[in-house]
Amino acid sequence: MKILVAVKRVIDYNVQIRVKEDNTGVVTDNVKMSTNPPDDNAIEEAVKIKEAGKATEVVAVSIGEEKAQETVRKALAVGADRGILVKTDGIIEPLAVSKLLQKIVEKEKPDLVFMGKQAIDDDCNQTGQMLSALLNWPQATFASKIEIKDGKLEVTREIDEGLETIEINVPAIVTCDLRLNEPRYASLPNIMKAKKKPIEQLNASDLGVDITPRIEQIKVEEPPKRKAGIKVSSVAELVQKLKNEAKVI
Amino acid sequence: MSRETMEYDVVIVGGGPSGLATAIRLKQLNSELNICLLEKASEIGAHILSGNVFETRALDELIPGWKELDTPIKTKVTKEKFLFLGKNKSLSWPTWLLPAVQKNHKNYIISLANLCRWLAEQAEALGVEIFPGFPASEILYNDDGSVKGVATQDMGLDKEGIKKDSYEPGIDLIGKVTVFAEGCRGHLGKQLINKFELDKGKDPQQYGIGFKEIWEIDEKNHEEGMVMHTAGWPLDKNTYGGSFIYHAENKQVFLGYVIGLDYKNPHLSPFDEFQRFKTHPAIRKIIEGGKRISYGARALIEGGFQSLPKMFMPGALLVGCDAGTLNMPKIKGSHTAMKSGIIAAETIDEHFKLKKDLSIFEEKFKNSWVYDELYKARNVKPSFSWGLILGIIFTGIDQILFRGRMPFTLKHKHADHETLKPANEMPKIEYPKPDNIITFDKTSSVYLTGTNHADNQPVHLKLKDPNLPISYTLEKFDEPAQRYCPVGVYEVQNENNVQKFVINSQNCIHCKTCDIKEPSQNITWVTPEGGGGPKYGNM
Repeated sequence: MKILVAVKRVIDYNVQIRVKEDNTGVVTDNVKMSTNPPDDNAIEEAVKIKEAGKATEVVAVSIGEEKAQETVRKALAVGADRGILVKTDGIIEPLAVSKLLQKIVEKEKPDLVFMGKQAIDDDCNQTGQMLSALLNWPQATFASKIEIKDGKLEVTREIDEGLETIEINVPAIVTCDLRLNEPRYASLPNIMKAKKKPIEQLNASDLGVDITPRIEQIKVEEPPKRKAGIKVSSVAELVQKLKNEAKVI
Repeated sequence: MSRETMEYDVVIVGGGPSGLATAIRLKQLNSELNICLLEKASEIGAHILSGNVFETRALDELIPGWKELDTPIKTKVTKEKFLFLGKNKSLSWPTWLLPAVQKNHKNYIISLANLCRWLAEQAEALGVEIFPGFPASEILYNDDGSVKGVATQDMGLDKEGIKKDSYEPGIDLIGKVTVFAEGCRGHLGKQLINKFELDKGKDPQQYGIGFKEIWEIDEKNHEEGMVMHTAGWPLDKNTYGGSFIYHAENKQVFLGYVIGLDYKNPHLSPFDEFQRFKTHPAIRKIIEGGKRISYGARALIEGGFQSLPKMFMPGALLVGCDAGTLNMPKIKGSHTAMKSGIIAAETIDEHFKLKKDLSIFEEKFKNSWVYDELYKARNVKPSFSWGLILGIIFTGIDQILFRGRMPFTLKHKHADHETLKPANEMPKIEYPKPDNIITFDKTSSVYLTGTNHADNQPVHLKLKDPNLPISYTLEKFDEPAQRYCPVGVYEVQNENNVQKFVINSQNCIHCKTCDIKEPSQNITWVTPEGGGGPKYGNM
């Protein structure tokens, strides 16, 4: 069994996001970038399955600018066997990513495609689902547990009502939740070895896919600042303020 | 589980200007060398904080053609000002009366973090292996006592030091020579200085704490290339310190404050002095209408010539501010740090090729311009222990008339942890509340540093005696850690009338001030799990 894992390069989750002055996006110059956190879980799960002898190869793929190579390299350092970088410039929407991934899937013919449930930069939560539709493969989203049973997948999903367990046929798409596992650290010797693992570089334009954005971005703004709270001395005062000032009761 | 071992010709600890300069020069001298460079930050530059007005002298020697390359050195200094601040007034000091060391017309306003990122690219292109996110936590020794290399931090230990599922043991990195370039108060450098008595016969080291904020300001207040320094208010005459305001590119201003850690009043809060400083009319008018986009703090070394330890030992060299090569009157240390790295590389090259002992570093250093600079600068900082006015008068005579060649050397008398007076003998200081426009509290500031440490890991700020903060330091000094820490790591909490000392180590920005200033030297800073700490952008 072969597993393809999609990883995205995003602004590190510890960095405070700053909106560009001209409201066209957020500042990314000199900002620490990292792998999208749930994508780390996706890689970890794929590597675990391989270590358990249930998969033969883990391939990491990233779509983005040249520097997304670092993200692929990180995946190689924690156990992926080889990498693919699809180079693009500018904003690339989930539909375009899904179409590019479809091309990669047709080329690589994996049995499973793993990725994070959503990216922490645009919060779209669409790529896995769209890829599933394009390929006409079954999907399991928000996976918090994955088991391979007789060539099928048993996936536990975190949903509002609790935990839902479903069984799907392979080949399939699985999008991963943060609770799926605890990603390992990349050790120094493994980072060294990862430098020698192959990364195939492709240009998005060579894959014959229309990746022009379908959404027009009007502007990006910071959320409004929260006003400081006040202390009230009694319940009566609270009720009075809720009624007359906040006008919520 | 036994640790894996990796062998190199040279292991470099720290990816700042001195470590990167060492790596680049080594590869230029001998491209065959296997060199690895460890950095505790999640990426090169993320733990670098500096003014910075950059003198290019060392870079001119290291990479002579840098001006033709796409470097982050872009903003030439075009204008200079020096202000003495009173509470509401300011007096401009004519620049022709400034000592030569404080003139900056040939220098550039840069982000040192970005310069380090660029230097790291140059080093990697030459074949240096750079590993960010791997703190060197331990020194390894050979049987004969010489330095063998370093071990990296174990990853995946919980609060109690018990292995989690993700446990990943550290690695032994063995170097024929190890270069320590951790910056001011490096935690391994500190151990080496003790073990090899590198500071024998030297004055106690002197430190300062430096704050920096980056502001995006109104176009009409911005003068790209302008460098301004101030002395005086809000500090009293007996506290050493001053500010910098550098107008960088993209309407940004680098605004900072440095306070000598030899201050005496335990009620003093360096953070609040910095915040208060911004409310001075001469400063407020620059940043008013602007927006603060970054914050950070870092200890720096001020001891200079008198306190500079021996920089070589069997198997290892100590470079940059891990030793203390900053030139205080010049308010610059990047060029001297880089030069010390270049000298280290040349020493190691001769050590390998000609079998010379590492002690040849000393002579090379003495014959270099760094030594000359530090020698001439040596009397400035100690003269300020007489107060601001006498310090300025003496510095004028020493630097302008004698050009640093007075026939005597003033001493640094005390280490910084010895200077605090008991709390009940010193005046309490009332600091104004932050307005969240010009001035801010520590909580909103720490948020801007991007600092984080994975939770459930051992506390990396170790107390030798866990009871001392409450039983002694609180009573005698009103526990100054609550105030000298720039991000509020230390708190004294009252729970049911019982006082408790709390360490919020996840907020730590690796400035090392506690390790320096704690009056009983009760706090030791050790490396947390790799990648932890601030995520500075263009600091």
